[in-house]
Amino acid sequence: MKQDKIIQIALTIVALSAISSLVLITVFVFKEGLPIILRVGAKDFFLSGDWYPGEGKFGIMNMIIGSLAVTAGAIIIGAVFGLGCAVVLTQFAPRQLVVILKPAIEVLAGIPSVVYGFIGVVVLVPLVREYLGGPGLSILTSSIVLGIMVLPTITSISVDVIQAVPKSYRDGAIALGATRWQTTHMVILKAAKSGILAAFILGMGRAIGETMAVIMVAGNALELPHSILDPVRTLTSNIALEMGYAAGEHRQALFATGVTLFVIIMILNTIALTISRRSAGKAAKK
Amino acid sequence: MKITPAASQRFVVAFLWLITSITLLVLLFIIGYILVHGLGHINWSFLTESSRRMGREGGIFPMIVGTILVTGLAVIIAAPVGVLTTIYLTEYTREGKLTSIIRFGTDCLAAIPSIIFGLFGFVFFVVVLRMGFSIISGALTLAIMVLPTIIRTSEEAIRAVPKSYREVSYGLGSTRWQMVTKVVLKSALPGIGTGIVLSIGRCISETAAVMLTAGSALRMPDSPFASVRTLSLHFYILSREGISMENAYATASVLIITILVINVIAYLLMRRLAAKVR
Repeated sequence: MKQDKIIQIALTIVALSAISSLVLITVFVFKEGLPIILRVGAKDFFLSGDWYPGEGKFGIMNMIIGSLAVTAGAIIIGAVFGLGCAVVLTQFAPRQLVVILKPAIEVLAGIPSVVYGFIGVVVLVPLVREYLGGPGLSILTSSIVLGIMVLPTITSISVDVIQAVPKSYRDGAIALGATRWQTTHMVILKAAKSGILAAFILGMGRAIGETMAVIMVAGNALELPHSILDPVRTLTSNIALEMGYAAGEHRQALFATGVTLFVIIMILNTIALTISRRSAGKAAKK
Repeated sequence: MKITPAASQRFVVAFLWLITSITLLVLLFIIGYILVHGLGHINWSFLTESSRRMGREGGIFPMIVGTILVTGLAVIIAAPVGVLTTIYLTEYTREGKLTSIIRFGTDCLAAIPSIIFGLFGFVFFVVVLRMGFSIISGALTLAIMVLPTIIRTSEEAIRAVPKSYREVSYGLGSTRWQMVTKVVLKSALPGIGTGIVLSIGRCISETAAVMLTAGSALRMPDSPFASVRTLSLHFYILSREGISMENAYATASVLIITILVINVIAYLLMRRLAAKVR
């Protein structure tokens, strides 16, 4: 019994490593990043578009807008395609096809982001430049690339929540004479609504946090974009592009960019967790 | 004219199938495009020689070694921590405040973007702990990054082990630890394996976090504190700086093939687990 107690204590300590890592990450990133926000002033940091590290000007508004624009585009594409695939997988595809489709979407999730960025540059960018105008490196291009990248996240979570809908719901609707599509969108998707919403929000988190692919296709311009064909710089690419040579205040400002990203991600994550927990609670009550 | 439910179903289902086909085609296109342009440049000397002239010539052997070392070390650190965490969560405690804190931590860790892991690894491992841009800094950073993946998949696998297994083990007089190691872990092994294989895949694909922690040296590493360049970072630098398109495609092909192999292994492990549960 004594041995059991020792094991229990040792396991408890190991089990705390995830949460302690989270605390360490938060402390160190904030410790490096917060002072510069306070020194420059929150207003000048968040609401100014002037990023001239050489002159001590650190305004990240244009990058926040860049990140949001790219993420919005990505989530539109990711939601339509990701949910579409999930519905086909769970409702319409015959079994033999599911065993091909599901692993295929997992492979899509495994492809390195640099490869997505590269394909974006060599295939998509010239197409956009040729047929739609602008430099090709743009919000639109990044949205498409990111949309494909977040698709597997949205699909796999949506498949899980759709499969969690009790089978009796579906049988009931079919028995009432509904077509399969009516059953799907009036009953099943309605029941899985909050879980799917959580999937979209987690997809947004992935899109806003993606770095390497966006660096390659977004163009990284510091100006405020005026159309979806303009290039932008996102929060993530700002960090990755300049960390290599930044020092002093400049480096702190990049950590402050990280702090901003961190806060956005945590807000999105909390919303997603709350939604999925509430829907799990509802399902348990039924 | 009123659209009948049957007609609207036909229209929507066609649209959904179109979407799914496009997704599949995109996947095939990406893999095909890289392999068609890259496979031709892969040969024995490309895989076994060092890079010359910044990667313009020569092979990718140091990057293969670097990737294996960083990934291997990361998973060797993360796997025991992750599995033990899961054992604690599933076998050694009841759901309460502490477990919900641990779960919250894991969920948040899973949501943090890799660039933030990179920033943290840079300031903590590289600067504060003075490990420098090195294999060890990169591996520790990646270990934290893949921890949630390992915890999640092993929890799923351990929860799938039937309760009766545990009862029989207790009935035969085993202690809790014996029951966990000899019965539960053994039976959950394919599922835990899946998590580890997926984590290997994530480490190999990762670029942003290793760029800020492992550096980008082209040399062969001679100690755990040496800087290395992983394959994905090498590919990024080659293509972004226009050093050599041929070598970029070839490196990307090596990456893609590795990822495909990893996915196949994960898939086979998953099937074994599913067969067992049934």
